[in-house]
Amino acid sequence: MTPRSKGRATKREPVLRDGPDLTGSDLEERLEKTWSRPRGFIGWLASVDHKEIGRRYIFTALGFLAAAGLLALHMRLQLMFPDNDILGPSAFNEAFTMHGTTMMFLFAVPVMQGVQIYLTPIMVGTRAMAFPRLTAFSYYMYLFGGLFLWAGHFLHFGPDNGWFNYVPLSGPQYGVGKRSDAWAQTITFTEVAALAVAVTLVATIFKQRAPGMTLARMPIFVWSTLVTSLMVVFSMPAIALVSGLLLSDRLVGTQFFNPVEHGDPLLYQHLFWFFGHPEVYIIFLPATGFVSEIVATFSRRTIFGYPIVVLSLVGTGILAFGLWVHHMFATGLPRVGYSFYTAASMAVSIPTGLQIFCWIATIWDGRPRLQVPMLYVIGFIVTFVIGGLSGIIIAAVPLDLQVHDTYFIVAHFHYVLIGGAVFPLLGAITYWYPKLTGRMMSERLGNISFWTIFLGFQLAFFPMHIAGLMGMPRRVYTYPAGMGLELPNMLSSIGSFVVALAVLMFVVNMAASFRRGERAGPDPWDAASLEWATASPPPWYNFAHIPAVESRAPLWDLKDDLPVVHGLRVDDRELLMTSVISASPDVREPSATPSIWPLISAIAVAVTFIGSVFSPWALVFGAAPVGIALTAWFWPKLPGPFAEPQIT
Amino acid sequence: MTRRGLIVCSFLLCLAACSGIQTPLGNSGADDSSFIRLFVTFLVVCTVMYLLVVGALAGALANRRRLLTVEEGTHHESSPWIRRALIGWAALIVAGLVGLTIASFFTDRAAAKRAMRPQFTVKIIANQWWWDIIYTTPDVSQAVHTANELHLPVGVEAEVSLESNDVIHSFWVPNLAGKQDLIPGRTTDIQLLPTKTGLYRGQCAEFCGIQHANMALAVQVESREAFLRWIAQQRRAAFAPTTPTELAGYHYFTTHECSSCHSIAGTPANGQVGPDLTHVASRRTIAAGALPMSSGNLYGWVADPQSQKPGNKMPTIGLAPNELHAVVAYLQRLK
Repeated sequence: MTPRSKGRATKREPVLRDGPDLTGSDLEERLEKTWSRPRGFIGWLASVDHKEIGRRYIFTALGFLAAAGLLALHMRLQLMFPDNDILGPSAFNEAFTMHGTTMMFLFAVPVMQGVQIYLTPIMVGTRAMAFPRLTAFSYYMYLFGGLFLWAGHFLHFGPDNGWFNYVPLSGPQYGVGKRSDAWAQTITFTEVAALAVAVTLVATIFKQRAPGMTLARMPIFVWSTLVTSLMVVFSMPAIALVSGLLLSDRLVGTQFFNPVEHGDPLLYQHLFWFFGHPEVYIIFLPATGFVSEIVATFSRRTIFGYPIVVLSLVGTGILAFGLWVHHMFATGLPRVGYSFYTAASMAVSIPTGLQIFCWIATIWDGRPRLQVPMLYVIGFIVTFVIGGLSGIIIAAVPLDLQVHDTYFIVAHFHYVLIGGAVFPLLGAITYWYPKLTGRMMSERLGNISFWTIFLGFQLAFFPMHIAGLMGMPRRVYTYPAGMGLELPNMLSSIGSFVVALAVLMFVVNMAASFRRGERAGPDPWDAASLEWATASPPPWYNFAHIPAVESRAPLWDLKDDLPVVHGLRVDDRELLMTSVISASPDVREPSATPSIWPLISAIAVAVTFIGSVFSPWALVFGAAPVGIALTAWFWPKLPGPFAEPQIT
Repeated sequence: MTRRGLIVCSFLLCLAACSGIQTPLGNSGADDSSFIRLFVTFLVVCTVMYLLVVGALAGALANRRRLLTVEEGTHHESSPWIRRALIGWAALIVAGLVGLTIASFFTDRAAAKRAMRPQFTVKIIANQWWWDIIYTTPDVSQAVHTANELHLPVGVEAEVSLESNDVIHSFWVPNLAGKQDLIPGRTTDIQLLPTKTGLYRGQCAEFCGIQHANMALAVQVESREAFLRWIAQQRRAAFAPTTPTELAGYHYFTTHECSSCHSIAGTPANGQVGPDLTHVASRRTIAAGALPMSSGNLYGWVADPQSQKPGNKMPTIGLAPNELHAVVAYLQRLK
């Protein structure tokens, strides 16, 4: 520190920028110093690095996947035989509620967002997320929400009214105890987290793309991230509203959902599904983004029909908001009005059908390599299309009225969510694993686990279509013998254990390859997008020089001499902002440094949220610590004596 | 119809043949027949589309000769025929979806039109976890009150008016028609037109709490004469006890806990919380399908309902053996 010099003139140390004079290992050393975080446990907690936060998201979500998967196995044991008594009714109801809530709110959405947080900055060619501290905060909110839910489960106040938690069953009169409150507040946690991530992703994509990466040159995965993040922004407030209204009905005696006091239980369902249907696409669209990236890389050609794929993503994102009533066909709303939602539900399969065409055309017109990520894409198409077609069946009112809330639906959405999202996710993990760890996953074990999960999945979930048509409703802890349900249930139970075995093999592969996998260079698959231009795993600062982009497949076109831009500060965290559409350089912007305050703020908010399950006063008393933590977080940095003058 | 369609149909027929009392493939009601027709239509169209997709994928992967002929580089133009195929595919999807939407719409309209002329009304009130059933008549004294067992005359359009006393339930007798939710604060309805006599099973289809799985409904579709006989029998007041044991049961029932929840027509027992027991012994099941009606099950149920259907609203009272014996004897008298 140099003391402030007298007089008007301020002595200015030269600002260090990357450029022809500063490149190679000198530059990397400086950047490392600027962008690495403090060492030690506190430094670890204070990290705002998108790669670290993304990894934490992914690993935490996989942990919740395992927990919810164990519940599923437990349920399948109970349903293996008619009139079984491995799980009693209350334990079973709690199990399927925890399974659904965990899978939807703690696994599917966060794992997709985790991958998006990890990949988006390196795919668009920038050094950090737009609001790195907000990203850190969101992870802690998500983690605390998940831990709270599972603590409730183990301490016997876990929710047991289904992941939809309909009123009046969950209302003050019938939902006794704290179970529904635990559900509602978990939802609030995850909504806050998901909204925060969505906002940072949208800002990152709109303002931080590498120069030259116009909207029309963005990788498809980044497009899918943009669309899903905007969907999160528009749909999640509805569920935050639902959980808020439910809590206020339960805690302070409002009557939003009480029919006796002119409230309406159907209001709950409308709000829930206005969120709940887009939610499915919030999970599915990132998966289509994975598929587009994998298909292009392993077919050795750019995606066929790029504009069609992009418009399909956008179209799906918009149509997804017009379908929610198809979850409510049995509620007795005006019958003619249902036809609109039938038509809309049918229409949403058009963009997806076009995307499937584009993927197959890409394979057809390319030179496919059948490595593990590509196998998952094939498994995805073969499986997901069954789910999509059974979705068309249940879009028809007369058909839905029969199979609604039966195992046919259970089969349908597992085909869509496992076939449509988890298969691509496993493919994506295999595909980007070398980027995360610097090592390849075992191809042999990967092949075995792919075939095991693919076949096990069909065995577990195809018979559920039959069980549904044989009259088995959802959410029953037992079923009578003699209705023809024994065989399909037995097959499903066996299949579920095969799936569990396959997931276990996948995890073993991940763990073993971390130490012993073959070393991967920066670009082991010979792929086209920017994340493969940097080392594996990427350094703290992602890229020594910010790349400049001239096409949709920068690495294929200009692999050996990727153009770069110079002039970003390396002695302070600085990002290059570009314009929204054409990605021309706009301004330089400082980026936040690591800070412990997002964690402290998250703790303060968590205490408030959890306290409010037990007393509404928690909101009043919790406001002070939350306010203090947020103030500290946003405390403005005084411009130092060496602040750089604004250059226009 | 394609060969595939035939296979699908025979598969469905097999399902229908080996299926039974609770399936939308039972073809026992007017709505259900239209369900099967529409379902098969959808299944055929979807199967064709699926085969197209999987066939194209297999073709793309089998297209290995291109491995040798394709030029190096990653930017080759797509073949023009693929672009034409895309237009064809889009047209095919749109045409298929429009066709299916229209088929669905007209099936739905036809059902709604047919439902205009119900010949009698049954009122069903759902409770956690049983069904209260009232055959309403203009003369209130002629109304029939029963529970968990619905009788319908074959070939007669019935309107079922649905209400709920507590949470949301869903009325579903798949052999006859689709579902209809029962929502507190609203009255909904569903029309049933059974076309085949037989015994069917319905079940609550909206999660409604701990015993959602054991909230079933027996549905007997019978000839008009048999139905009228049943109605007449149900309309009678309860049989009076005849043996000393039955009499002891009657006294216990009408003066102790039982009558605060249950009613038996023609006796002082007039509780309104639990199922009406006037003709309980004539029913096929105990506790909304939880147990088949039998002497042993009745003993088990009255002695300890909580172990038979955990969490249900009937408390375990702890009857002395002689009381239990008497109450069961009296209940069995209530044919």
